[in-house]
Amino acid sequence: MADLLEFRNLKIEATSYPPGEPPRHVVLVDDVSVTVAKGKVLGLIGESGAGKSTIGLSAMAFGRGGVRLTGGQIMLNGRDLRQVDAAGLRAMRGHEVTYVAQSAAAAFNPAWRLMDQVIETCLQHKLMDRKAAETRAVELFRRLGLPNPETFGNRYPHQVSGGQLQRAMTAMALCPKPDLVIFDEPTTALDVTTQIEVLAAIKEAIHDTGVAALYITHDLAVVAQVADDILVLRGGKKVEYGSTDQIIHAPQQPYTKALVSVRSIEHVEKVFPDAVLTVQNVTARYRGTNFDVLKNVTVDVAAGQTLAVVGESGSGKSTLARVITGLLPAAQGRIQFAGRTLSADLAQRSKDDLRELQMIYQMADTAMNPRQTVGTIIGRPLEFYFGLKGEARRKRVQELLEQIEMGAGFIDRYPAELSGGQKQRVCIARALAAKPKVIICDEVTSALDPLVADGILKLLLDLQAREGVAYLFITHDLATVRAIADKIAVMHRGAVVRYGAKTDVLSPPFDDYTDLLLSSVPEMELGWLEGVLAGRRMESAGN
Amino acid sequence: MHPIVKLVVQRIALGLILLWAVSVVIFLGVEMLPGDTAQAILGQSATPVALANLREALGLNEPALTRYFNWLFAALQGDLGVALTNGQDIAKSIGSRFGNTLFLAGCAGVIAVPLAIGLGLIAARYNGRWPDKLISGVTLATISLPEFVAAYFVIFVLTQVFPIFQPVSMVFPGMSFWDKLQAVALPVIVLVMVVLAHMMRMTRAAILNVMQSAYIETAVLKGLTPMQVIWRHALPNAIAPIITVVVINLAYLVVGVVVVEVVFSYNALGQYLVDHVAKRDLPVVQAVGIIFAAVYIGLNILADVIGIVTNPRLRNPK
Amino acid sequence: MKMPLSAVIGLFMTGAFLFIALFAQWIAPYPIDSAVGKVWEGPSAQFWLGTDTIGRDILSRLIYGAQVTIFVALVSSLLSFGMGAFFGFLAATRGGWIDTGLSRLVDLMMAVPSLIVALVVLSVLPLNLIVLILVMGVLDSTRVFRLSRAVAVDITVMDYVEAARLRGERQSWIIFREILPNALSPLVAEFGLRFIFAVLFISTLSFLGLGIQPPETDWGGMVRENKDGLIYGKAAALMPAAAIAVLAISVNLVADWVLSRTSSLKGGRGG
Repeated sequence: MADLLEFRNLKIEATSYPPGEPPRHVVLVDDVSVTVAKGKVLGLIGESGAGKSTIGLSAMAFGRGGVRLTGGQIMLNGRDLRQVDAAGLRAMRGHEVTYVAQSAAAAFNPAWRLMDQVIETCLQHKLMDRKAAETRAVELFRRLGLPNPETFGNRYPHQVSGGQLQRAMTAMALCPKPDLVIFDEPTTALDVTTQIEVLAAIKEAIHDTGVAALYITHDLAVVAQVADDILVLRGGKKVEYGSTDQIIHAPQQPYTKALVSVRSIEHVEKVFPDAVLTVQNVTARYRGTNFDVLKNVTVDVAAGQTLAVVGESGSGKSTLARVITGLLPAAQGRIQFAGRTLSADLAQRSKDDLRELQMIYQMADTAMNPRQTVGTIIGRPLEFYFGLKGEARRKRVQELLEQIEMGAGFIDRYPAELSGGQKQRVCIARALAAKPKVIICDEVTSALDPLVADGILKLLLDLQAREGVAYLFITHDLATVRAIADKIAVMHRGAVVRYGAKTDVLSPPFDDYTDLLLSSVPEMELGWLEGVLAGRRMESAGN
Repeated sequence: MHPIVKLVVQRIALGLILLWAVSVVIFLGVEMLPGDTAQAILGQSATPVALANLREALGLNEPALTRYFNWLFAALQGDLGVALTNGQDIAKSIGSRFGNTLFLAGCAGVIAVPLAIGLGLIAARYNGRWPDKLISGVTLATISLPEFVAAYFVIFVLTQVFPIFQPVSMVFPGMSFWDKLQAVALPVIVLVMVVLAHMMRMTRAAILNVMQSAYIETAVLKGLTPMQVIWRHALPNAIAPIITVVVINLAYLVVGVVVVEVVFSYNALGQYLVDHVAKRDLPVVQAVGIIFAAVYIGLNILADVIGIVTNPRLRNPK
Repeated sequence: MKMPLSAVIGLFMTGAFLFIALFAQWIAPYPIDSAVGKVWEGPSAQFWLGTDTIGRDILSRLIYGAQVTIFVALVSSLLSFGMGAFFGFLAATRGGWIDTGLSRLVDLMMAVPSLIVALVVLSVLPLNLIVLILVMGVLDSTRVFRLSRAVAVDITVMDYVEAARLRGERQSWIIFREILPNALSPLVAEFGLRFIFAVLFISTLSFLGLGIQPPETDWGGMVRENKDGLIYGKAAALMPAAAIAVLAISVNLVADWVLSRTSSLKGGRGG
């Protein structure tokens, strides 16, 4: 079959202008060659900085900011895009190749109705008249499972949900009947139960229209559902290229193997000793509202073990952390900690209460004062709680740095000089410095690349085994839950809908929500998506 | 009620409350400051008897609150009292002068607004390249100048180096419109200079802000020409912030106009105000101060209302 | 890191102005208030910048004027800065009714242009240095309040401030060790801008005859004294006008540089 798109030895560079410093040249993509045949889907996968979005946009001869194509060729339908003039590129964009962005909410113009934006390319390139274009758009809305397809286009972008916008963007990309669609992380910003629906809609639409696609994502399990072939990228270079089957089941390169086996930490739950932290019938609401964000929540954290609190955005899981720490005093209910009742309000708690209950945040970037060195950041709790000063304090900081597998040499560095993973490790050390009984971990791995996140999880498990600290681990990611939890609480709309030992929670029979949540998490196997959808169809037919 | 109507009504009500609060401060706040109107008029050498008589005549012995409400109700009916210094009716004195001020500011606005938007568009279009750097550099320099300094540089260049204009702007009743225009040419040039820099820089920022949105990238990737991208996708979203910027800067003219009128001895409200501050004629200062405040607050309300009305999210609620 | 040329020039000029202001008594060739030459003399070896409307040496008066202008502007901007930053931080960290009350008060003060408020107030108060400094300082503190409140609010919602709260740190540690170091750069740049604004403000007031009163003089007052000369082609009024412009631009260059450094400082965010 003829090749639709071919990258030959692609090289892309960028120049950035940091204020007050000389310009910096960066090679974003280096010597990448790959082809996409007509009607086929190529998955581009890699961590942040792998150059996957840059490659995707280069298929439209487009670079953001100071990004420039500096080498190689991009052959589209038999011509080299680097030789095409501006008018030729405009004729190609939106006609032969179209684009679906990660954040549809930002990619739609707030001033126009959805329909006008969806059919704009058809009219621009004179592919069909307005009536035909609108008919086609409605047909696409229907195929993508949008509600009220006839009138959906009359709405403005801010009037529909994120998942619907992402589908509308897919309709916009498919409307001009392009040869190739670039999907740039189209489901990454969505909740897991929404992601599976959008993913299924996209896959079906690709299949029905026979369009070729570049599917860009950092999630191998997602790309395995839609791609025929996969290109693994790292630091702008090609790591491995092969059929989806081969990449998933027989990866050749160590990096690919690591990606495939990520989240395969086995953690067998322990028997439960006494609870160190008990949350009893807690109800909470934000000031000035009359809506309960937490409804009668009861959970406990056993000493030296991990309770995972899992839920989607808006489930109340982060609010639970704020209530336990006293930042948001509970309206009703009681919190017992190490045998005593914790005051609901932070200001009333004793120094020991504060010390024994520590917290680690999702964004390590904003959790550390950028003007303090690592030594100050970790040393302050030592000084504040234990009165350690001078050399004793420095020595203890160095011990803690060793414990988080960073050298003592980091002690005088500033946060800006650390990588994402290192920053999160320093935050862990700061929490450990207080010798806590419980650490609340709020989505601590969600902002990290999968391999780095894995390292953090292993470290946390290690520290738990050695120090006997308990975790209350808040996350939306079920793979993480499997890796680290002893007990699980599933939250939905402010209430705990399922609670118990890990194996019990993750074994049938399920309640409806847990079933939906568990079955929506992409698994790294071919045909998983079809299997789930078929299962759901049968169920709804049976009812 | 449509939520947008509600927001607009709320904003206007808030503005009126603010204006009322300002009138309270200008009247009562000033009363609380150390200083005595009677003393101010008669000077340090006045006899106690003369002072007492004058206080009585001016009604200064009544409680401040009573005087405030008397003044407020009279003002609402168009009676601003009489000037202490010459006993003339303040409302009458203000009338024609206010017209002159509006004429001057209006001329400056008519020139400055299209010029600022045009230059702002050019600077944004060539962001970071030489036209942008040139425009931004020149405007940065004029921002650093107070109005009267700019005025004297303009006067020196346009009356001495190149003697094109007269350095004084006399406007009097009976002048033809064309003569009036010629008379205000110099002050208008100065006001345009002063207000242009701010307006142009804010316009540029507003356009750049819109141009960096993700939907502009979407439009480019649809194969639209640069003009189509700007016309269809950038402008509908940039109009509201640009209008807001323009109106806010027109409010800034209020300050500029006071100084420029003094520089050119232009017989209008600003000149009138400054004269009577020097003469310590409080009723005049209060009346004119409130008029300037009302114009300024009114323009700010207008800017906010335009921002509300043109916001697609508010116009088409969920 | 290398300093850009514009910042070097700005810093040098600002330093020169400060030096002249500090040592005016020793630098000025003639006394401030005596007619030493003929009226409206042009520049000569004897009078470098010529003489003014009653035959005083313009250069000497410029140098003395620098002292008054810079002193008044500096003290009033220190006042506005101290007041604005203190109340701004207070409002941001305390929140609640303190924040609401202060913010509404500032809204009210900013509802009318400062010049108009100053004119109204100065029509009642006696015209002397202390009153001028107080009026300018208080009026301008509203802008510092808004900025420092906004900066501090941005920082107080950071997780590291929450972490300090959870640790049980006192309010003083949070303000001085967590918030202030991160707010310093924008505030320093703002101080430059406030100083320029104060220079322009006092000059404008003096120009209108409502600022520094004779026999003292400042640059705005000098423009006023010599403005009639312009009609006869005498450029004396332009000398103080140029001095104001050059000082304002110099300080602006320095402030711009400080502001641009904010994002690239060692330990700065995203650096």
